[in-house]
Amino acid sequence: MIDPEDRRAQSSPQLAMRVAILGGIAFAIFGIIFFRLWFLQVLSGDQYVAQASSNRVRTVVVQAPRGEMTDRNGNVLVENRSAVSVVVTPQRLPQDEAGRHALLRRLSWVLGRSTRPADCQFGSGDTATHRMLMPIECAVDQSVGALPYADVVVQPDASKAAYTYLSERAEQFPGVSTEDASLREYPYREVGAQLFGTVGQIDADQLRDPAFRGIRGGSIVGKGGLEGVYDHYLRGVDGEQRIQVNAQGQPTGKRLPETLARKGNDLKLSIDLRLEQAGQQALKTGEDLAHGLGNPANGGAFVALDPRDGEVLGMGSDPSFDPNIFAKGVSDRVYRQLNSTESNFPLFNRATQGTYAVGSTFKPVTSAAALSSGVWDVNRVYDDIGTWRSGDQVRRNAGGAVYGPVDLTQAIAKSVDTFFYNLGGLLNVPPEGHPNGGPLQEWARKFGFGRPTGVDLAPEADGTVPDPHHIRLLQDEQRACERRHGKANCNIAFLDDTWTIGDNASLAIGQGDFLASPLQLAVAYGAIENGGTVVRPHIGLAAIGPDERVIERFDSPPARRIDIPDLPVIQQGLRDSTLAGGTSADVFAGFGKEVFGKTGTAQITGKPDQSWYVAYVPDPVRPIVVACVIQNGGFGDQAAAPAVRQILSQWFYGHPGRVVAGSSTTT
Amino acid sequence: MSATPIKRSVQDATRTFARPRLGLDPLMLVAVFGLVAISVVAIGGSTRTLVRGAPDYYAHRQIAYAVVGTIVMLAISRFDYSRLREFKIGVYALMIAFNVLTLMLAAATRGARSWIALPFFRFQPSELGKVLLIIALAGFIVDRLRRLGERDTTARIMLLALGAAALVMVQPDLGSASVYVVCALTMLYIAGTSGRHIAGLLALFAVSLVLVLAVAPAAGVHVLKPYQVDRLTGFLHPSSNTNLTTYQLNQSKIAIGSGEKTGRGLARSTQTDLNFLPEHHTDFIFSVVGERWGFVGAAAVLSLYALLVWRTLRLLTMAKNLFGTLIAAGILAMLLYQLCVNVGMTIGIMPITGVTLPLMSYGGASYLTTFIALGLLQSIYAQARIAQGSKGRGLVLS
Repeated sequence: MIDPEDRRAQSSPQLAMRVAILGGIAFAIFGIIFFRLWFLQVLSGDQYVAQASSNRVRTVVVQAPRGEMTDRNGNVLVENRSAVSVVVTPQRLPQDEAGRHALLRRLSWVLGRSTRPADCQFGSGDTATHRMLMPIECAVDQSVGALPYADVVVQPDASKAAYTYLSERAEQFPGVSTEDASLREYPYREVGAQLFGTVGQIDADQLRDPAFRGIRGGSIVGKGGLEGVYDHYLRGVDGEQRIQVNAQGQPTGKRLPETLARKGNDLKLSIDLRLEQAGQQALKTGEDLAHGLGNPANGGAFVALDPRDGEVLGMGSDPSFDPNIFAKGVSDRVYRQLNSTESNFPLFNRATQGTYAVGSTFKPVTSAAALSSGVWDVNRVYDDIGTWRSGDQVRRNAGGAVYGPVDLTQAIAKSVDTFFYNLGGLLNVPPEGHPNGGPLQEWARKFGFGRPTGVDLAPEADGTVPDPHHIRLLQDEQRACERRHGKANCNIAFLDDTWTIGDNASLAIGQGDFLASPLQLAVAYGAIENGGTVVRPHIGLAAIGPDERVIERFDSPPARRIDIPDLPVIQQGLRDSTLAGGTSADVFAGFGKEVFGKTGTAQITGKPDQSWYVAYVPDPVRPIVVACVIQNGGFGDQAAAPAVRQILSQWFYGHPGRVVAGSSTTT
Repeated sequence: MSATPIKRSVQDATRTFARPRLGLDPLMLVAVFGLVAISVVAIGGSTRTLVRGAPDYYAHRQIAYAVVGTIVMLAISRFDYSRLREFKIGVYALMIAFNVLTLMLAAATRGARSWIALPFFRFQPSELGKVLLIIALAGFIVDRLRRLGERDTTARIMLLALGAAALVMVQPDLGSASVYVVCALTMLYIAGTSGRHIAGLLALFAVSLVLVLAVAPAAGVHVLKPYQVDRLTGFLHPSSNTNLTTYQLNQSKIAIGSGEKTGRGLARSTQTDLNFLPEHHTDFIFSVVGERWGFVGAAAVLSLYALLVWRTLRLLTMAKNLFGTLIAAGILAMLLYQLCVNVGMTIGIMPITGVTLPLMSYGGASYLTTFIALGLLQSIYAQARIAQGSKGRGLVLS
């Protein structure tokens, strides 16, 4: 069957030539491959070794636990709890929109979060844009917009079930991982909640702040409150775990060298836990008393200081909140609820940020101004006829009382308004040439009003000391407002107003435009107690390192010293006010300690009065000054004074004692 | 092919080792079993975690394929390949039938598959089709030997090859289709088709490649699926690390490059072990060798291929008839082209085509096809020896 055609000269020159060319091609192919291999493996091998190693090693940041916060006796106020957080790495999510959406939807189910699209805001202010997104999708996209390469914690405190589910199905959730996290825990919940601030992922502004230099995006840092101020101490040093992963990103279990996380330093506070708890409770007591008298008391604040050095022994604001909800990550809805009129702004620290008319508690300041400027002296007697007149203005004592002849001590003890209207009138200076007012304004500022106290708790309100300049500022504001919104919508100031003697008289009894925070008032009374040292209040005492070593003690030198003439006379007035015949005698009857105090009842147009009480006890071992306000709580003796008595009782006797209601209706 | 004394001694060894009737090329066997051994070790080390509870699953199967393949090779080598010329039409029809059957089964199961599931392995007609096409084409070319210079002959042979390639291409198996075309071209060239025809065909392919990859997509006509275009052009821009193709190419280059001179060994071959290297027991087996044994290992594998290519090349001039020469040429083209494309892909100088590395890649169909081809080569060798035995051996030694 073999075709004769298939017989041929076995090595015809043409065939040999073609075979040689084919061999040449084969030789060339082998040559190219060899040279390429030489280039890859011998010449650039080390570069590929490095790439292979960066392929397989993933660096996982181990979050360092923050330091704890303790009170002055070592009771833990803020501690850590270990939890598992669910983290999304945006770059490793599916690239296509549909796949990404589906994955985040499944993740929402696993974490028990809503999958219903809700409003999601990008940016802020006028440039803000809104989209409808699932909450988790919203969190991821917002973070990508702000910090493109940072991981996003979508659930700081995942349940055990969710953790197990996600770990077992890692390959179904690319870009989703679980991390050990430590969460803040506040064992005393509402007590002192406004002091601590919160922690959270570092934001874009903080990353630009030099104070946070070297901090990686996605780190947990303190925000606001003590967490923010002492973040440098509380923040630990994050560790790095280097784990080998396969192409799917799953850990292979092989351990590589790691750097351990170093816990932050503990922060010892000057707060006394028992006093803090009693204070928080006392605010409620004061409000309850006010309610019983028909006043709509809706919030309050107290500050307790050591008048020697400004250590804050207690500080509280009511209503309060449970900061533990922030540790778990708070939803926009809950956050809005916490910042609303319905909840009465529990996040707001009324002790430092709240400013109020202080009423009669300002009278010692007026006294100091009058004595120092020589418009009054300690022996001079004022004959009260129940009214004070200046031009066509007529002012009366509260409740229409007539006290007859009173000296300064008695005027303070009985809180005689006309006496101080008179001083206010005497202390007035013409507005022309005195834009910052006269001695009264000067002394108010000396005591620390109208400017921050320098407490280690930002933000802090400055308060207002009214003077001619202040009136002009308000009028400028009024004009600007009228230009923008029309006259009818602006009720800031009257444009034809000028500073009058009446304004100074109002200031003399802590009324008018005067505003101060409870903390400022406590500092001012501290100066009266300690003989003229205006302290700089502070809460942080020391940073405590591992093995209880003190890393740093936070010294807080006094803001200034002032020389108050005839101080004992003013002090005597405060002492007498808690004794028989004084405005708060009934509340402090039988207290057993020398209490120096002053009621305050600040009138606000159209609203019930602010109930104030400020007191100090010059105990040689444990001196204390306490300022307390009950918003819309009525007379000072009715709501605030009983609260202060409980706080002092806690401090000296270890228990708040019984509630002693007051009935004095003087200011 | 220069060192005559060595060659002579090799020939002497061949003579004493193999009796004329059983004549097998021992050097080719060295190359083949050397590659099989390296393949088994490389697969064994890189697939231990792929099948749970059976770390040696792939290695054991590969050994089984090699054993079956060796038996097939030995069996074929005993027959005179020349008799296959009579069945060229039947062989071609069989090849077409297999491929059509695959397409029909794929359509029935609504899946794009280029294989048919058999109890022991996946039968892949496009693989076996390579050898069948080579046999059939060799037969057709020899039939028209007198009119080889005519354009008509070239066109007919190419149509036979392209028809088969088209069937394979839609399966979709672009890689095997290109093997078909390359084999046909090489066989035509060796048979003595005019150089102008060959040049014309090459120009035609070049033009159609440009049309399919560049012009047609620009005009909105997509002949190939986007992922196929991607795979074909990915190696040209390796730094655009965005899609799967360039990812695979980069991982393969990292694997080979990180092997450096002597390799990272089994324990530290992280690219393979941690699955960064895709398809490491099939398409990217050469990268496994490169990572584990470095330049030394890769060079050893290439040397064994060079040995195989040299021994096959030698058969072209040694075969007792043109049919044998053409079969050897077709098989040589198949082996060399697959080696070039597969290794070229792993080192980043060739596109991803899904072409396996003969004797190295895991897979029953690939092994069976290669061993059938090797059996044919051994048959050509044996028949040449017998023919020379009757005519004297002087020519063989030249």
